[in-house]
Amino acid sequence: MCGIAGLIHRNGAGEIGQEMTDMLQALRHRGPDSTGFAIYGVPAQDQYVLRFKVAEQEDLASGFKIHEEIKARQMSVDERLKSLDANILEVEEATEYAFRYLIAYNGDMKRLSDYVEDVEGAEILSVGSALELIKDLGDAGVVSGQYKLGGFNGTHGIGHTRMATESDVDIRSAHPYWAYPYNDIAVVHNGQITNYWNMRRQMERAGQRFVSNCDSELLAVYTASNLEKGASLEDSLKQSIEEIDGVFTYLVATKDELGMAKDSMAAKPMVLYEADDIVALASEEVAIRSIVPHEIDTWDPYDEEVRVWRT
Amino acid sequence: MADMSANETSSSHEMGMHTEQLSGRDQQVFFDLSEEGGFTYPDAYDIDFNKRTEIDVSEMEAKQINLRLRELMAQGHGTIVIKNPGAKHSIAVGILNRLNLIIEGSLGYFGCGLIDGPNVRILGRVGWSFAENMMAGTIVIEKNAGSTFGAALRGGDLVCRGSVGSRTGIDMKGGTILVGGDTGAFSGFMMQRGRMVVCGNAGKNLGDSMYDGTIFVGGEIQDLGVDAVPGEVTDLDRAWLTRKLKMYDLLPAGGIDHFKKIVAGKQLWNYDNLEPTEKKLIL
Repeated sequence: MCGIAGLIHRNGAGEIGQEMTDMLQALRHRGPDSTGFAIYGVPAQDQYVLRFKVAEQEDLASGFKIHEEIKARQMSVDERLKSLDANILEVEEATEYAFRYLIAYNGDMKRLSDYVEDVEGAEILSVGSALELIKDLGDAGVVSGQYKLGGFNGTHGIGHTRMATESDVDIRSAHPYWAYPYNDIAVVHNGQITNYWNMRRQMERAGQRFVSNCDSELLAVYTASNLEKGASLEDSLKQSIEEIDGVFTYLVATKDELGMAKDSMAAKPMVLYEADDIVALASEEVAIRSIVPHEIDTWDPYDEEVRVWRT
Repeated sequence: MADMSANETSSSHEMGMHTEQLSGRDQQVFFDLSEEGGFTYPDAYDIDFNKRTEIDVSEMEAKQINLRLRELMAQGHGTIVIKNPGAKHSIAVGILNRLNLIIEGSLGYFGCGLIDGPNVRILGRVGWSFAENMMAGTIVIEKNAGSTFGAALRGGDLVCRGSVGSRTGIDMKGGTILVGGDTGAFSGFMMQRGRMVVCGNAGKNLGDSMYDGTIFVGGEIQDLGVDAVPGEVTDLDRAWLTRKLKMYDLLPAGGIDHFKKIVAGKQLWNYDNLEPTEKKLIL
């Protein structure tokens, strides 16, 4: 089933970490397997937040050796970053296997991403000047507490509660997906993509890269591919409705935009609330009401509807 | 009152269509046909409309709210006001008696499903699958509604003053749906009986694969679904539309002369046709 939510503050930053936690916790019943956040702070020049993991949560149960391996993998990532002249400014150990690095770097981001992910078990969750992508097993309260998101201030964010239906219960299959190798682009999705393998085959032949077998990742790669060709976010969302088969509603966030698209069958829910200070979207109104407790006017976007909001 | 028990041996029984004898322990007898005026559901309550109460449900779960409603009806309350519903799901479902229910706020998904008799007024919005399988009564929603509004509706008047989502009245089998604004794609999909009136615009595939029933649209129709065809608006239709829309204060200022009527072409399937196996039995 899965639940998705998005929130954008129109007049500067707000308590986006806590607000997204509340919204996703209200959607817990739509999918308790894993929860993910893509939240956006204030962008910095030539400084990037690199979120990556070097193991899955379930790997910790595989024996004592994994703890040493995790340390070795992290050291290997550090060495590779230094060899690319990426200056590590801050290191934060979010969990034993997931890290947040603040780096100064002005080189090729694809080269950096590929080199880091060449380390065994390493997977970049996100790179961005504003984006911080956090995902792990458990509900929103658990993940938010684990990664200390409650105090995060930012302008906008998207999130996802996952009920695993077509791929594994692991961090790799959890949403959001970062749009490799583009800074600050993330996607969450509710639905099924029925021409997934055909689309994936075409994209892989065109040089695109996939890290999971989750159909939702295709939307992130697809968006990244379109933006690379110069399309606007709105153009990409509209094009997706023409080219991607299935039933889907998905949200995309960039450094300063939040967008949504709904397929032609309109079979996956989305409730929209637009006010002067915020725009909030969620699979169910209860998520919006968790941060806006008073009575509000909301509505369902229709089939093939595409919307984009800016910070 | 007619003796309904005398109809047990109907034509369909004579045709051998009811040979399967259900005898499982969950086969319940709801009605005593010999009892005079005995068409009362179990869990239906004798209420007094003048006995009024209010409940604040802001701190209650859906199950607690529905149980509380039953307690209040069992105490004879006939007018109940629900405050702070907070868009919670599955509120006010399965109410099987007359009741004046006022909801001061919005409901989430599956609200007012399977109801048979209450008059409900909702001051906010409702989510997906609202009033699914409603059998009788009236519901008026002041704001918008989500998708699959009035799915499998069987009877009563279901009114939304705002706009509704997609697949409105999907598989409806009776009753009336009135929409003050627009409706989304696939509205009236596989409709079997009843009437739907949309004062605004209708999305694509309106009335797709409808068996029967009637759809009236005051605005633009994006396109018609398979086997949905324009029908002639008769004097009776105009009289019914005017009366019904006026009843809920939805009659457009310019009247209803611009309303289009959509009916089933009956080329795909005729609802009254017999199945091939049934034809065999007759032959």
